[in-house]
Amino acid sequence: MDVLDLARWQFGITTVYHFLMVPLTIGLSLLVAGTQTAWVRTGRRRYLAMTKFWGKLLLINFAMGVVTGIVQEFQFGMAWNEYSRFVGDVFGAPLAMEGLVAFFVESTFLGLWIFGWDRLPKRVHLACAWAFSLASVLSAYFILAANSWMQHPVGAELVDGRPRLTSIWAVLGNSTLLAAYPHTIAGAFAVAGAFLVGIAAWQLWRAKPDGDVWRSSVKLGAWVGVAAFAALLVSGDQQGRLMFDQQPMKMAAAEALCHTEQPAGFSVFAVGDVADPDCESVKSITVPALLSFLAEGDFHSKVAGVDDLVTRYEQKYGSHYPVDPRLGELSGKPIDYVPMLPVTYWGFRLMIGFGGIGALIGVAVLWLTRRGRVPRHRWFPALAVAGIATPFLANSFGWIFTEMGRQPFVVVPNPSGVDGVWMYTARAVTGMSVGEVLTSLITLTVVYGALAVVEVFLIRRFVRGGVAAVPPPDRPGSDDRDVLSFAY
Amino acid sequence: MDLPTIWFAIIALLWLGYLFLEGFDFGVGMLLRVLGRDEVSRRVLINTIGPVWDGNEVWLIVAAGATFAAFPGWYAGLFSAAYLPLLLVLLALIGRGVAFEYRGKVDSARWRDTWDVVITAGSLIAPLGIGLLLSWNVLGVPLDAAGNRAGPPLAALRWDTLLGALGVAGFALTHGAVFIALKTDGPVRVRARRLALRLAPVALAPLVALLLVVQLREGSSWTWFALGAVAVAAAVSWLRLRAGREGQAFAALATAIAATVVTLFGALYPDVLPSTVDPANSLTIAETASSPYTLTVMTWLAALGTPAVLVYQSWTYWVFRKRISAAHIPEVHAP
Repeated sequence: MDVLDLARWQFGITTVYHFLMVPLTIGLSLLVAGTQTAWVRTGRRRYLAMTKFWGKLLLINFAMGVVTGIVQEFQFGMAWNEYSRFVGDVFGAPLAMEGLVAFFVESTFLGLWIFGWDRLPKRVHLACAWAFSLASVLSAYFILAANSWMQHPVGAELVDGRPRLTSIWAVLGNSTLLAAYPHTIAGAFAVAGAFLVGIAAWQLWRAKPDGDVWRSSVKLGAWVGVAAFAALLVSGDQQGRLMFDQQPMKMAAAEALCHTEQPAGFSVFAVGDVADPDCESVKSITVPALLSFLAEGDFHSKVAGVDDLVTRYEQKYGSHYPVDPRLGELSGKPIDYVPMLPVTYWGFRLMIGFGGIGALIGVAVLWLTRRGRVPRHRWFPALAVAGIATPFLANSFGWIFTEMGRQPFVVVPNPSGVDGVWMYTARAVTGMSVGEVLTSLITLTVVYGALAVVEVFLIRRFVRGGVAAVPPPDRPGSDDRDVLSFAY
Repeated sequence: MDLPTIWFAIIALLWLGYLFLEGFDFGVGMLLRVLGRDEVSRRVLINTIGPVWDGNEVWLIVAAGATFAAFPGWYAGLFSAAYLPLLLVLLALIGRGVAFEYRGKVDSARWRDTWDVVITAGSLIAPLGIGLLLSWNVLGVPLDAAGNRAGPPLAALRWDTLLGALGVAGFALTHGAVFIALKTDGPVRVRARRLALRLAPVALAPLVALLLVVQLREGSSWTWFALGAVAVAAAVSWLRLRAGREGQAFAALATAIAATVVTLFGALYPDVLPSTVDPANSLTIAETASSPYTLTVMTWLAALGTPAVLVYQSWTYWVFRKRISAAHIPEVHAP
């Protein structure tokens, strides 16, 4: 493997891993702020117990999100320095905003929240919970602004071969971002919902004390998960339409649509090699005309296939890579405009499939626990705990689909606007030695793997302990005012 | 001052914030098993930085992000050139970050010992790497005409950059010891003060030596004043600590690191990343800066955002201003 492939694997592994922690942090922090608000308003122990229990899990997860996030920020400069030079004028601003406006608030107020239980007045302490959770939601906006610009560059012009920012408002109001943001936040809530359902349903089934805490958590998690899935469908549909306009090749790749069709059907499932250039070997179960509808809201519209798009892209962006030593082996070679179809086709379906399964499990658990019931079968907790994985998988496949679907570009050309602003992934990578990138790829993967084991171990261990340690609400903290209510 | 120069100064300020704040975090980490002779005193040490270390680390993230946005070529050139040293810094930051969170989660001596090793090693390696990076940046990087590293992967390892590594780590060690003396009570406080007094002359020497090297090679006449301020502030810090005035000693060390940053960035100006291969390859403030529009947007952001950060981070330190002693540590670990 060459430097480009290794750097891509590294970015893929570290990003997918980082994005296991991020949605859980975003979703869980808002839910915890919500339960704490309920506690401050009603004074019920149940809500305090929920705040403390889920808050502690939030912290275990948050630490991992932070440290893996630094890798992401440094990696642009380390492994993708040509990319950083090219896009810095535009891409750097949202990144700096994320740090200055969101991360500072998030980490500072999280510290105040963790250690401030007995130091701060109740309402000020609650405000800290809202400050860090809203900051985590805000951070997603800025980083998605940066990502959406790569999918659909706006608010820039090409000056001396590099994009130059002309309107920050265009970047922050990018149509791609306005669809991707609710989709990502909904995905975060789906994760947090399933997390609550899985753990709380298991606790209910164990019939440990504090049944009211677990019952409320199951309900909260299931409703949040189901509502999130509905929001995912709506925002995902919006994204589909934008993709049809902005990244037609990604659309065709999502369907492995070989030839242009009118009307085009939506393939539910395929047997055979979806990368077959003529689709000869593929047997597909197809809903007629549905893809046309998803693309343009019209059952009769034409959807361009991969073969037509390749011709169109070659005419517009050239059929061969320029002769440039920085392109390595690809210098002067023909450009392959087709993303890896098995990845995009199956990634897209696995995203929707796992998202749907997760929502169904939420509904099932809600039904099974209706009016105080608790199923005694062993499969009940197994189902709920397995459900935790589904939105994580859906998120990962969604990102893998959308990032692989824009290849061979790292910055996709905007078909109607900003002229000349695009970049091939092959041109973005740092000209370093295989040894360097291999070293980082191996060490980061090994360290991340080890930390995943530790995190899961700690979460399981903490979950088993239940909420016994939560004091009654009339006596927050300890009798002895000198002793810290929370200490490492 | 024009916008690019203002942004050069803002980035220097962000590094100052980082070195000052996470400097003592690193020192506390390094001294965890030195000053913390039993489990309770170790927890006293960790809890002096418990609520704040994560917020302190954001200064690094913002320094890197601001460099990316304001001087893309600087960010791209430095970070790729220092690929392996930065990887080590990242691993150190990852390790100590999760270690603080995880060490108390299992009630077992072996578990805690393991994480203590991670905290100590991480808190030592990270400032070593950052010192290496900063001093390499100031003293010069082998850059080709495209702004990429022309030397081998470990080109950053030289005797003068090793001085920089020891300089920043030594400062962090001293800063941490003084911080512990300021933030704790009881035997830990006494031990920290005694250690800081004995340690400071040795631990701060590499930093002063580095600054002398930088001054002699790259400095201008006015940076002599900044260098002098470092030496004076360090001496004042030591004297105030000996007099038992920990707060004043801490403030004097803050002045020393501020003067250090002024010396380093003053020597760097008007370059952002000088090349040792050919002066023509050096990246300058003017050539590397982003467009005036981007810098204007960023300036608004910094003008509105930075004061707010200073206010609420100061408030955090105010909320947790009490000294911590063994009596404050709850018996049971937080589950």
